[in-house]
Amino acid sequence: MSQVTNSAKSSTLIDARGPRFGAAITTVVFAAALATNNVWFVVVQAVVFTIGAFKGPQFTPYAFIYKKVVKPLLKGEVPTEEVKPPQFAQKVGLLFAVVAIVGAATGLDLLFSVAVAMALGAAFLNAAFNFCLGCEMYLLLLRARSK
Amino acid sequence: MESLLPIAIVLVIATAFGFWHNRSRGKVVVKADKGLITLAMIGADLGARVTLLQFSSAFCGPCRATRLLIEDVTAKMSDVAHVEVDAEANLELVRKLDIRSTPTTLFLDSRGHEIGRAMGAPKREQVLQAIAAIG
Repeated sequence: MSQVTNSAKSSTLIDARGPRFGAAITTVVFAAALATNNVWFVVVQAVVFTIGAFKGPQFTPYAFIYKKVVKPLLKGEVPTEEVKPPQFAQKVGLLFAVVAIVGAATGLDLLFSVAVAMALGAAFLNAAFNFCLGCEMYLLLLRARSK
Repeated sequence: MESLLPIAIVLVIATAFGFWHNRSRGKVVVKADKGLITLAMIGADLGARVTLLQFSSAFCGPCRATRLLIEDVTAKMSDVAHVEVDAEANLELVRKLDIRSTPTTLFLDSRGHEIGRAMGAPKREQVLQAIAAIG
């Protein structure tokens, strides 16, 4: 027996490996930003996040690389997921990236480093452990906001 | 290239957290009693023996996998009900039951007492064991 009450109904399904591959590239980009203290890595990543956050993670340059280069090499059944969870993660990523850019622009080096380090940790968790940021954060945000 | 140390620190912490997190997901744990869960609270009938009350949200990847698994496991169990509620639309209940992340699945007995709960997507065996453990 199964029953769904006022549940959020399903959205578009995408290849679940795409966003995870994107997170792997994101990890490398943030690692480079942290090692070199170069804000331009973060600026490029922020552009990618903006596309992912507002148009969808399946439309980013990373998703394009995945489709053209990686996907043809993969065999077996395609695991799918709804597009909303990775899109939420892209929005959180964009927030971290913007904070880092503001830190760099205003000379707050520590703010830049902390924001990049947190973004690096989140991207790595997503790539290596399939960590679902929306699962852990969204409800806590909602609970905190409407207390 | 200034230093690779910050990267190493972040990756070590994230790896430790990732292993801990993945190991704890899906495990059925017993929580302090939050009182009876009734028809009026969840807008659906309880199962004759067991109810699996699943809290989901829009930005949750494993919620769908959890739903499909529980639907499959409980399909032939006429005395077990699966009820999925949107956490966002039921924030009062979410607070009362202290739901912190999605998916969270509560295992209720026939009276609506919470026997245990699983945070994150449970495995098939974990669902079967939890159902079997309820009289």
